[in-house]
This record gives sequence, structure tokens and C-alpha cells, in this order.
Amino acid sequence: MEPIIIEGTPKTPTVKFDAADGVFEIKGRSIPENSVEFYKPLVDWLDSYKETPLSKTVVNIRLEYFNTSSSKCILDVFKKLEAIHKAKNEVEVNWYYEEDDEDMLEAGEDYESIIRVPFKMIEIVE
Amino acid sequence: MSFDVENYFRDQANGDVILFYRGNIDSDVINHVLDTVEDKLVEINEQSRLRKKVYNVLVESLQNLYHHVDRVPADFEDQSSEKFGLLKVNKVNGGYKIITGNFVLTDNVEKLEEKIKRINRSSHEEIKELYKFILNHQRISAKGGGGLGLVDIVRKTGNKLDYNFKEYDDKFSFFYLNIFVTEES
Repeated sequence: MEPIIIEGTPKTPTVKFDAADGVFEIKGRSIPENSVEFYKPLVDWLDSYKETPLSKTVVNIRLEYFNTSSSKCILDVFKKLEAIHKAKNEVEVNWYYEEDDEDMLEAGEDYESIIRVPFKMIEIVE
Repeated sequence: MSFDVENYFRDQANGDVILFYRGNIDSDVINHVLDTVEDKLVEINEQSRLRKKVYNVLVESLQNLYHHVDRVPADFEDQSSEKFGLLKVNKVNGGYKIITGNFVLTDNVEKLEEKIKRINRSSHEEIKELYKFILNHQRISAKGGGGLGLVDIVRKTGNKLDYNFKEYDDKFSFFYLNIFVTEES
């Protein structure tokens, strides 16, 4: 599978999904007006990946800001990962948040309570 | 014209104006407003926690306008703005005020007000649960909104929504949303 590599912009995150090492990353700001347009290719890619996933997939989410419209799309990404996990593959989500950013920690906890995949909350200390 | 849409803003004028905008709310305007406010908050050394909250609330309030405003009345002076909105960001005692204004069809006022009242009646815990419920159960609408904007604003600020509807003519009303982002929320 071809990896997805997208450079970040002020409104959209840096994305690196590589099926060769099973490490997926979403990083930066995700505040586009039309988040579906941005996330649909990622969700479609995960749909293909989930047919033949690696035995272990690691997902690093390191967002500074995300809008409510992205929050639904990020949930769609997690739902694909949940399906991979349900099919007896190891999946781990690392949710990064800056030390003073309680809102970002709470957002991670929301997903953790909805999605049945192990989450690790990782505080970034500057 | 039956009233001046900026009057309400003048009555609310207190503190230092960080930004005032009046006109079409498109994607470029949103970028520009976010950059400007972020730069100003860095410039005055605002603590990063509050800076982030202001930024988040600003994103949601601008995108609420972007996704939901109704067209302007036919006799309104600014006909070039497809999505006309007003925005004012003020630094006040204890935090920041973000005030938005936009036209809504009077027929839609009751529904919007009911939604705001329901949010304002909810405790902080109920707001968190409501957020999760909408996140998990409601699809993104054709307009591109997720129905989460106002809930997110209340969750992040910890404050009730202060709002006002002013009748413009027999068809249109003007909706003001007055958001207070407090230091310790």
C-alpha cells in the first residue's frame, strides 16, 4: 500500500500513515471548514489497510487544536482502528497533550470512553 | 433600515478591543481573524491556557457563522456579503469577550433559542455527556456543521451563553451571541 504523507497547513494537520511500519501520525492543527473533504481519503485508506493490517499498529495523535467538525472525522478514523483491533490485531493510540491543556486531555478521554482500543495519554512537558 | 446592527456592539463596548470585523465570513477571513487574534494574544503575553481557549472558541464561533448564517435582507446596506457577520473580540476584566452577530430568519429563532436554553440549563457534567452523545450519534449536516459548536463553547468556557435576538423586519432577526472566556474556566 502506498503511504499517505500530507504536509500540514495552518488549518490542516500533518499526516503520515505508513502501512510498512504500522505507525500512523496526525499532528498539528485540524480546523478546516470542510473536515470531511480532508479526512475522507484517510478513512478510505484505513478501510483498505484493515484488510491486511500488521500485527501491531501504533497511532500517534498530537494535535494542538481541532474544531468540532474535525472531532467527528477523528472519531471515524478511530472507528476503523477499533475494527482492526476487534479482528485480534494489536492497536495502540498515543494521545498527546500539552501540560496545561486540560481540554485536549479531556477530548482524548472522550474518545477513549467511546472507542474500544487501548489509549495512552501522554503529557508533553516543555 | 429598521435598526443599526452595530448598536448592540457599542452598548457592549468595554475593555480593550482586540479585533472588530464586519462583512462576509469566508474561509480567508476566518484565517485572517485567527492569525490576527493569535498574534495579538502572544504579543501581550497572554498565558497559553487562556490563549488556547480563546482560539478554540473563536474557531467555533466563526465556523458557526460560516456554516449557519442566513442570507441578508434585501434592503440591507451590505448586499455583497453572502455570509454577513459581525465579530468583536475584547479583552475585559477577568478574560475575553467574543461577540458575534448575524441574520437569522425569524422563523428559525424559536428553534435556535430552544437549543441555547437547553444548553444553558445543563450542568457541566451534562454538557460533557451531551457533547459525547452528539459526537457519537449525529452525522455532519449538508451545511457542514456538526451540531457541536455551541456545546463545545459552553464546555470550554464553563459559562452560560449570553444572547439576544433583535427583530430586523417582518422576516429577519439579528442574533447576537456574547461569549465570555474567563481566566480560570
